[in-house]
Formats: sequence, structure tokens, C-alpha cells
Amino acid sequence: MNRNLTSFTCIARKETTRIFRIWVQTLVPPIITMILYFIIFGRMIGSQLQDIGGYDYMAYIAPGLIMMSIITNSYTNTVSSFFSAKFQRNIEELLVSPTPNWIIILGYVSGGMVRGLFVGLLVSIISFLFTRLPLFHLGYVVIFAVLTSFVFSLAGMINGIFARKFDDVSIIPTFVITPLTYLGGVFYSISLLPEFWQTLSRANPIIYMVDGFRYGFLGISDINALTGLAMLLLFSIILFSINLLLLRNGVGVRT
Amino acid sequence: MLALEIDNLYKRYDGGVEALQGISLEVKEGEFFGLLGPNGAGKTTTIGIITSLVTKSGGTVKIFGIDIDKDFPAAKRMIGVVPQEYNFSIFEKVEDIVCQQAGYYGIPKQQARENAEKYLRQLGLWDKRHAAAQTLSGGMKRRLMIARGLVHEPRLLILDEPTAGVDVELRRGMWEFLAKLNASGITIILTTHYLEEAELLCNQIGIISGGKLIENTSKRSLLRKLDKETFIFNTKEPITHIQSLQPFDWRVVDDTTMEITLSKEESLNHVFTLLDNQNIVIESMRNKTNRLEELFLEMVEK
Repeated sequence: MNRNLTSFTCIARKETTRIFRIWVQTLVPPIITMILYFIIFGRMIGSQLQDIGGYDYMAYIAPGLIMMSIITNSYTNTVSSFFSAKFQRNIEELLVSPTPNWIIILGYVSGGMVRGLFVGLLVSIISFLFTRLPLFHLGYVVIFAVLTSFVFSLAGMINGIFARKFDDVSIIPTFVITPLTYLGGVFYSISLLPEFWQTLSRANPIIYMVDGFRYGFLGISDINALTGLAMLLLFSIILFSINLLLLRNGVGVRT
Repeated sequence: MLALEIDNLYKRYDGGVEALQGISLEVKEGEFFGLLGPNGAGKTTTIGIITSLVTKSGGTVKIFGIDIDKDFPAAKRMIGVVPQEYNFSIFEKVEDIVCQQAGYYGIPKQQARENAEKYLRQLGLWDKRHAAAQTLSGGMKRRLMIARGLVHEPRLLILDEPTAGVDVELRRGMWEFLAKLNASGITIILTTHYLEEAELLCNQIGIISGGKLIENTSKRSLLRKLDKETFIFNTKEPITHIQSLQPFDWRVVDDTTMEITLSKEESLNHVFTLLDNQNIVIESMRNKTNRLEELFLEMVEK
């Protein structure tokens, strides 16, 4: 087997093992949170609201909630795992080895994607307990889920590279990701907003991900799904390059 | 063939500290090289640069002829490193830690397992292979890092204070292991605070102080530089009265112990004659510190 592939497999296996070893921390909390969202927003509040785009409120928010799980879990996994490797200094095991930086990035990102997509899958299964979610186009569902998970795993990695203390791990998720997700069309259609806020909302990258993913399920969207895909590809390239540049310059890992 | 070739190595940290100020050093293949120096002298920085954990500010480093600026991955394949502080995930199992490290070097799973078993057995950790690293004792953790450093079969093994905090018995076991390893052809570079360790194991010694290499020679020629030695004498009976032991520098430490310092030109026979004349019977004698330590302190304090 190719040396780089062996190295990648090793990191990916280690990351995946970690997720399932500490499942009480990695898998249970997002599931409980999402069940609460379905009950409170979907059932209790949603039953009082009118349909959006021809779908009841529960069905409308379900793809957004799945996407929200993918985003937060992909990001959280990479940032916490990479920071923990820095904190325990076992990142040095990789740094002293001939493993190229792009393999290190892909290895850690694969862990973020495994967790993000696995939690997303669990939330999708749970959503069936609350609503009958149609499937308009499986291809869009899969590609939006995979690319979003990739993008947020890369973003988490950048956070992990810069993080120097435990506080740094939670600042971005709390003050940036969560507000952007709430304002990213998970709970409402941006077409319901006044024009100014609609325009402003388009500056939020999460809008494109949630909207495209919802399009895959429901076949309705505020923004062209292909625009969303193009944005995701662009983010993937930019964030991957930033990660590469940071590791090449030894930021946060070498002195 | 040179296992390591360092030329004019500089390191200036962001805060402005000049950790290395133009170190040049050569280690031949097969040598057991001791890199000595007081705390903060630049030993760990030097090792950090060789292993890529520290970015150099200037100079060149070659591993078996490969310039790390030109092909660091190829150079890294030949190096095994055992750091000063524990740097493995404490939650993982012993065998997993070693096998993963092999994987990072591109060694396939089956081969990685065989290598891991070989070194875990040699280091007495095979029975602990399924234990989480956090459950190991301090000595076991050190041995785990040695097994991890060897799992990809490097030609050059670098150990940064490998026996720090390890009890005497384990330390001796480790010395034996390292000596055998060196005899099998692996070049070893060792930094240590235990100068007894360096004197026993190393055939070449380099001394770093204040970011500069102040000595780099064979252990034999280094010890020749030692111009005086202090011995501790234990007497059979308490010393009740003693006349001067001139020309030696001497002092009574307690009832049955005295310290006598000899220069290179003086002989122990003369000491014994003077003691015999005073009917002082010696039960045992030993060096106050080991010879290298005495020399080291003399050189570093200069």
C-alpha cells in the first residue's frame, strides 16, 4: 500500500476510534439536543405555524436541523481532537514522521466528517419519528452533506491549529457558528424576510448549505442549489489551502 | 559515513532568545554520542530542529547525507526520537500507540504489528500491550516511548533524557538495552543529566553551554583533560586524630569519612602511605562524583 495511504488510514482509524470510544461525549449530546429541537420547535411551536413552501413546519425545519448537526459536529470534532493532540503533545508523533501536511489535514478532517455525517444520519433517522420527510434528489442530499461536513471539518482544524487553551476551542462555535446557523435559514425561509435582511442573509455561508440540503429533500429553495455547490467547493479549496499554509509554516505546532 | 552533520546551526526564538549560536557537530554512523549541557543550554532545541519540531533560524542539518531542507521526509525516515516529556495519548492502548507510529511512517499494518511486538517484548511491555498508557508506571511510559521511537527501524535514534525519573534498576536495564542497540549498528545520540550514564554508554561526547558547542571529542580524550580527582575514603575505625596529609587537598567529612583530592601527577600509593603511617585503616574508597561529571562542571563553569 502507498505510504501516504497507510499514514492516512492510520490517522483516520485513530480519529474514528476516538469518536466511538467517547460516544457519551461525541454522539449522545447532539442527539438529545436535536430531539429537543424537534419536540419544542417542530411539534409544540411548529403546530401553531402555517406551512412553508407547501410543507408543514416540522418537515421544513428537519433538513435544517440535520444540517445543523452535521455542521456543529464536524467542526467540534476536528477542533477538539486536534487541540487535544496539541495539548497532550501527541501531535508530535505525526510531526516527527514523514507524513505530509496534506495527509495530516485529510486524516483529521476525515474524523470530523465521520462524526458529522454519522450524527447527521442519526438525526435523519430520528426525524422520521416526527415527520415524513420526502426525498426529492438523493444526489443533492449526499453532496451537500459531504461537502458541508468537509468545509466545517477544515474550519475546525484551523481553529484547532490556532487554539492555545481550552477556551479557544469553544469561542468560535459559540460566538460565530451557532449565531450563523440560527440565522442560516434552519428555522425559517429567508424569502419571509424584508429585502434588506434577505440580502444580508446571503452573506451568511450557512444559508447556502442549509438551503441546498433542504432542496435535496423537499425540492424547494430560496437560492439556486448549484450556487450553493459552487460556494461549498470554493470554501473547500480556500480552507484547505489555509490549513496547508498554516501547517507548512508550523503555526501553533512548531516553535 | 556521517549519521548527523550539523553546520553553523542557529535558533532565535520569537521572544529574542538565542538558543543556538552557530553549532557545528558531526556524529559518525555507529557512534554512541552523548550531548551534554546544563538546563537551557540548547540540547532540546538542537534535537527539536533535527526532528522538525523546532524551525531553525540558520545553518544546515544533514541526516545520513540528506539535507533536511531538501528532503525532510526521507531524512525523517531514518530518525527515531524519544522525547524528554511524555507525548502520547494517555487514553490509548500501548500496542495501538506503537502501531500507529509505524503507520505514520507508512509501514503496513501487519509489519507494524510484528515490529511493535518485537520492541514491546524487548522492553518488557508486551504483557501491558492492551493497557491504556495512563495506567503505566513512569518507567514503563519511558520504555513505551523507546519502543515507539524504534518501531520504524530507524538508523539513528535520538534520546532526550531517556532515564529521567527512572529508578536505578530500570535505568541499568535501559542502559543495557541501549548498549545492545548500539552494538547492533544503530547510531545513538543521547542527552542526559546523569553523567555516569554518558560515561558508561557514550564513546563521543559533545558539551553545549549557552547555545554554543564548547567540546566535541571522544570520551577518552575528554577524560584525559581531567586534571584532578576527588576520592571518598571510609575508615575502619573512627578518626580520632589525624596529622596533615600534605601535599594533598584533604578534609574530614565525619568520624569515618574523609575526602582527598589528587592532581594528575600525584598517586594513590602516596595517599595510602601517609594514611598507613598514621595507622589509619581504609575500609573502602570511591570517586566523589564520576570523572565526567567533575570535568563537565569544570568546563561549564568556566
